[in-house]
Amino acid sequence: MNIHEYQAKQLLAARGLPVPPGEVCETAEQARAVAERLLGEGAQQLAVKAQIHAGGRGKGTFVDGYRGGVRLVRTAAEAEACARAMLGNVLVTRQTGPAGRRVRKVLVTAAPDIRRELYAAVLLDRARGCPVVMVSSEGGVDIEEVAARTPEKILTEPVDAVLGWQPFQGRKLAVALGLTGPLLTPAAQLFQGLYRTWWECEASLLEVNPLCVVAGPGGADALLVVDVKMTLEDNALFRHPDLAVLRDVHEESPLEVEASRYHLNYIKLDGNIACLVNGAGLAMATMDIVKHYGGEPANFLDVGGGATVEQVTAAFRIIMQDANVRAILVNIFGGIMDCDVIARGIVAAVRETGLSLPLVVRLEGNNVVAGRQTLAAAGLSVISADSMGDAAQKAVAAARAREERPRDVPASAMPS
Amino acid sequence: MAILVQPHTKVLIQGITGSFGARHAQLSLDYGTRVVGGVTPGKGGQVFRHNRHEVPIFDTVAEAVRETGATASTIFVPAAFAADAILEAADAGIKVVVCITEGIPVTDMLRVKRALAAGRTRLIGPNCPGIVTPGEGPESRGGCRMGIAPGYIHRKGHVGVVSRSGTLTYEAVWQLTCRGVGQSTCVGIGGDPVPGMSHLDVIKLFAEDPDTHAIILIGEIGGSAEEEAAAWIRQHCRKPVAAFIAGATAPPGRRMGHAGAIISGGKGTAAAKMEALREAGVAIAPTPAEIADTLIRLL
Repeated sequence: MNIHEYQAKQLLAARGLPVPPGEVCETAEQARAVAERLLGEGAQQLAVKAQIHAGGRGKGTFVDGYRGGVRLVRTAAEAEACARAMLGNVLVTRQTGPAGRRVRKVLVTAAPDIRRELYAAVLLDRARGCPVVMVSSEGGVDIEEVAARTPEKILTEPVDAVLGWQPFQGRKLAVALGLTGPLLTPAAQLFQGLYRTWWECEASLLEVNPLCVVAGPGGADALLVVDVKMTLEDNALFRHPDLAVLRDVHEESPLEVEASRYHLNYIKLDGNIACLVNGAGLAMATMDIVKHYGGEPANFLDVGGGATVEQVTAAFRIIMQDANVRAILVNIFGGIMDCDVIARGIVAAVRETGLSLPLVVRLEGNNVVAGRQTLAAAGLSVISADSMGDAAQKAVAAARAREERPRDVPASAMPS
Repeated sequence: MAILVQPHTKVLIQGITGSFGARHAQLSLDYGTRVVGGVTPGKGGQVFRHNRHEVPIFDTVAEAVRETGATASTIFVPAAFAADAILEAADAGIKVVVCITEGIPVTDMLRVKRALAAGRTRLIGPNCPGIVTPGEGPESRGGCRMGIAPGYIHRKGHVGVVSRSGTLTYEAVWQLTCRGVGQSTCVGIGGDPVPGMSHLDVIKLFAEDPDTHAIILIGEIGGSAEEEAAAWIRQHCRKPVAAFIAGATAPPGRRMGHAGAIISGGKGTAAAKMEALREAGVAIAPTPAEIADTLIRLL
């Protein structure tokens, strides 16, 4: 589960990390009031930052042409004007896709002059099977670019999950980044705090980019967490009710939200062949074989190992809301799951939704004979397939035939 | 011989009184697996009955091991208690622990992995379909079934199968069985980010097992376990290996943050995994429908 920058900053501030003072605002008037307060407290410069779950905000453009989801200002009036332009507006960045995201909140925060931009993250190293803290002297840019161009500028420090983070590890990273002298201890404490936040919140990713050296009180160097991206582990949310409430469903695709209500694992894609499969591995493999035969999957959909008739019906409803779909491919290997349950789900779904798209079904496994009989007895125009390869080829052919005539126009109404 | 478990292996089921655990205890008993005990704290002294079978239930794994001599255990307990269940099994001296539970938090598994590193317990899973060593009977009955895989799709033979996925494993096993090719042992290692045994750990066992003559490896995008297996196969494995990697068409970065891809040094894509395997002399199935045929061509 992704959370907003302002939420992540609150979690870090609560653990003593250096986060700039600021407040999240839902109206332009509120933004003005917060700006006045921050300027009154001595801030020289402020940032107004659109709060959406996507990176690249600074270089993004709003659909009405307003430029920049992150703006630097020096007066309360400017802060108010920026907030007014952003709130309710739709921001398009390289991570949002062309549809963009509606901005419902802005963060108004102090923005001291930046002297150095660094990078720090805590995440799981799957190969080593342990957490790692990863840092780089190259902050403020995409870490993917740094990894591709100058991999030697990325340092990682593995952590023993039982011992936890040790202070010397923080000093090691600080020195490697040139954070010495008066910055050594604060830097070591900052890395410790990041690790502690990652572990306590059970995050899957905590990324500070940039982590900045700024002009602190009296002009001395100080460290500051300028931007944060944080992803919490869904599996651990059950023991963090305080974090579970940070979910913002506005940031999720409505179809994916509906799918999660039925415990279906659904990810929308751009193709035109909808796939309904049991098991994540088989679902991925089904997408692969569709593509192998020249088709494009419209989605990833795993109904799980023990799907019910209701879940199968819900799955059909969800995939049919995707206007790009031209054919549906059902691929079920019922190991323990009864193929007849799936068949009855298909029949119920087709009746309920009045399905008019070509439907290719491949059923295999437990109680498959009864399942095939149920489909045949219902008198549906199902295209049945006897293997995965056969099913994929039939679905690709059906989608192609369908693509050649406009949707929702009966064949009889087409000019001949 | 097979790997990890044999038809005579004595198996416990932790969480035998839950609906999921009970259902699969019944299926394992029907398959002919020696399920010698169940563990559910607070229900010690009760008996799990299924047809003519009577399986004693214990409060702790330690008692169950002492009374039954079990050396393997399958875990069906809910995610919040699963890490504790794994550690309890290891403490009781269980050699092979299969954890079916899905959704165990990563921090729990990180601690479990560290705790098991020094001991002699092998963990399969979590979030996995389990292990099947097929038996001699009709529909491979009389074998050892730990977990949730359908028993009847197997056939006793000499192909070792190791996979991260459940249903995709069944697909491959069924393809083999339909072509008259049997399996020595099928191991589903699960798809979690912090697993117990890796592809490589299982492949090393298959390489040493005289009963396994060929190997099928089924992988998925993410992580670098398949690349590690490929490097070892290239150096050490003298048996024919066929592989399929799922997820060539999956959208990147949907499951993990972008930084996750960096840590594995650009590994983790389906293309990179297939290339590493191909260089190691592994035959790659072009589609999931051709996994068995790809292997059979090597025999």
